[in-house]
Amino acid sequence: MPGPHDITRTTLPNGITLLCRPNFSSPSVYLTGYLAAGSIQDPPQKLGLANFTARSLMRGTQKRSFQQIYQELETIGASMGFDANVHTSSFSARALSEDLPLILDLLSQALRFPLFPEEHILKVRAQLLTGLAMRAQDTAEMASLEFDRLLFPNHPYGRPEDGFPESVGSIQAGELAAFHGNYYKPNGMVLVIVGGIAAEAALDMVAAQFSDWQPDLHPETFDAPPVLPPDKPARSHITIPGMSQTDLVMGALGPARTSPDYIPAALGNNILGQFGMMGRIGDVVREKAGLAYYASTSLNAWMHVGSWEVSAGVNPQNLQKAIDLIISEISRFVQEPVSADELSDSQSNFIGRLPLQMESNGGVGNALVNIERFNLGLDYYQQYANRVMTVSTDDVLNTARRYLNPDALIVTSAGVME
Amino acid sequence: MGWCWLGIIILLMNNSFSQHQLSNGLLVHLKEIHTAPLVSHWVWYRVGSRNEVPGKTGISHWVEHMQFKGTPAYPSGVLDKAISRYGGVWNAFTYLDWTAYFETMPADHIHLAMELEASRMHESLFDPLEVESERTVILSEREGNENIPIFRLDEAVQRAAFDSHPYQHEVIGETADLHSISRDDLYQHYRTYYSPANAVLCMAGDFQTDEMLKTLEQLYAGISVKPASPGTASQEGIIPDRRRVEVNGPGETAFVRLAYRAPQADHPDFFAFTILDSLLAGPSSLNLFGGGGISNKTSRLYQAVVEREFAVGVSGSLQPTIDPYLYEITATVHPKRTSEEVLAAVDQELERIRQDLIIPDEVARAAKQARAQFVFGSENITNQAFWLGYAEMFAHYDWFEQYVDRLSAVTPEEVLRVAQIWLQPDHRVEGIYIPENGGQSL
Repeated sequence: MPGPHDITRTTLPNGITLLCRPNFSSPSVYLTGYLAAGSIQDPPQKLGLANFTARSLMRGTQKRSFQQIYQELETIGASMGFDANVHTSSFSARALSEDLPLILDLLSQALRFPLFPEEHILKVRAQLLTGLAMRAQDTAEMASLEFDRLLFPNHPYGRPEDGFPESVGSIQAGELAAFHGNYYKPNGMVLVIVGGIAAEAALDMVAAQFSDWQPDLHPETFDAPPVLPPDKPARSHITIPGMSQTDLVMGALGPARTSPDYIPAALGNNILGQFGMMGRIGDVVREKAGLAYYASTSLNAWMHVGSWEVSAGVNPQNLQKAIDLIISEISRFVQEPVSADELSDSQSNFIGRLPLQMESNGGVGNALVNIERFNLGLDYYQQYANRVMTVSTDDVLNTARRYLNPDALIVTSAGVME
Repeated sequence: MGWCWLGIIILLMNNSFSQHQLSNGLLVHLKEIHTAPLVSHWVWYRVGSRNEVPGKTGISHWVEHMQFKGTPAYPSGVLDKAISRYGGVWNAFTYLDWTAYFETMPADHIHLAMELEASRMHESLFDPLEVESERTVILSEREGNENIPIFRLDEAVQRAAFDSHPYQHEVIGETADLHSISRDDLYQHYRTYYSPANAVLCMAGDFQTDEMLKTLEQLYAGISVKPASPGTASQEGIIPDRRRVEVNGPGETAFVRLAYRAPQADHPDFFAFTILDSLLAGPSSLNLFGGGGISNKTSRLYQAVVEREFAVGVSGSLQPTIDPYLYEITATVHPKRTSEEVLAAVDQELERIRQDLIIPDEVARAAKQARAQFVFGSENITNQAFWLGYAEMFAHYDWFEQYVDRLSAVTPEEVLRVAQIWLQPDHRVEGIYIPENGGQSL
């Protein structure tokens, strides 16, 4: 497991933190990370600005045109991409180890010196708007958007990072440049490099590209308002005509990633809707009732709070039946403790699957991002088994009760309503 | 090596890779990789939608679902828990020519996957109650697909592209057939196609080859030998004329799909066609389980239709198959353009590639991209095991081993000839998805 013995963590004077973990078993590198520019900084009428900015970074930089960037990248078989979420804009790239200097140059140019050429911004906007038009027809996405809206009212977590057609349609190239100028700073940036490169060599390459980037001495802080758990049930349906399947999302708040509740909740979530063929809910909704191809749960834990969700795709005729079955499973889950066998199975699953999660440079890279992002400690994955094994069935029950109230669930669906 | 006993034929030994055949006909491909304490185990069967008859479409995929519903030794609900308990992952896929099952597990628990696969090769239960429960699950899976415009377009194009070959049906099957297929139909399909001689077993990971072979011989020795099932389909050549299908459906976004007949995987033109696809629509990879892909922004079609704002995205698809299948180009129409404008822009670019020789550097670039993709994909043990069996389903393992070399050997003249033979504008299906709320006029 990655740990202090093989992770090198360095912070440059301008605030960029670099984590390296060499792996010479394959001549490739995976690079990932983020900086503190997210949709939380989007003005409400410009929702989608952070995302639009991230997706425009490779449309031309001071050193290279769009054509040159992709000519270099695709010729060497490498890939690089940018994305934005609520708190951060993130990036990832994959290349042969020998091409790392070029990749870092492309990354540095995209993060520091993007040009946002007008003709390209028009193209990206049309692509984003088409994506949003397709989203409006996606029953799973629309049920999920509505769920977030109801669970996080007046909060950045309740608004889609990719915005709405009206907001994205109004964003101009100058606004992208302004967003970039205001929020793309080295302070708080994290860069993770995993693969066939020694840590010292990686640090030298990173310093060469980024050390002269000046930090923002007075960064604005963006605090999200507190989120209160729903105190009554809510039900909402988005009608999308012509759909064969209706998608369903239901649930409640979940713990923040940094909360001590996280691991007990994650184990409980595994029992409720993941373990084996989608846990208890998969067993009842798919295996026994044959109502859905998929019916499972997810725990989404972010900086301040999270969500605990059940999702399923069902025939419109079976929608209410599926909702009732799921509510009764959630009720059972908060009324009685899970069995010792169920808990021990999930504990064993969490520990046993770690080698598979860490087999590739990509898996390790994403784990290191989590360590840094949520301040988990470099020894997190080495201590992981202990943390998992100390959870009791009472811990799972008490944690579930803190978050899942069967009488105050948010239930959303999208598609045709019978 | 100290292991060589009656009943196992060693077909090939090559460093860490070896090929064997058990006396009941089961092909075994093993590759030792000791970088992580993991093993990925696959069983491939030579059965897919290609082996289906009218009225029974979707039966191969449904059999695959029933393979998760228990055997006498491993009743329904027991195995999924056992695999999860040890941190393993498992899944299965049904495609045109094949059905495959895999488990990737911590190495010290891989015996569980081995025992399971041996058991469900010959003694799955097909409990009638489970069959009925799974009928609605599969109908639900199909309904989920139908929500996606590209699925609807795909289904119409595929149907129009074949006169009689079973490839004309979606793998998931026709809704009417999913209502009428019976438990006996499913069981008969299973008994016909699931046998050692119709399967290939592959393992990659942290094990000792001789030890694994002994275990496999013990597990499979008792499974009776049946003759391999013959292929049933007669091949179809170039699409005889220009065909047009239009699909109306919800949404605001239009899609265009062009489908040409493509050579089968063991056809001499296949690798030149792979280069052609890479130049037109960007490189594809055989990394199904991590390792990423390469963007296609410098490809000819991206430049011609996306950069010039006829479309917001374009892709190409060439599948290695037993019989000639399809080469498909799909474009998402730009909100300010019509499908006809996209078709014209694609055609202009295809005309160019049918006229002019490409430069040798373009072939070298495509080969380098393929090589890089294999490096990235090889970090995942599941990819490594997948590669061991995949090519056996439509050609032979050599097809995979020689993949990059054969790409490198393609000449510009071959690419030109392949474009001229296979991409003829009067021999294709043109599929258009017309969105009900779209602003475009056709």
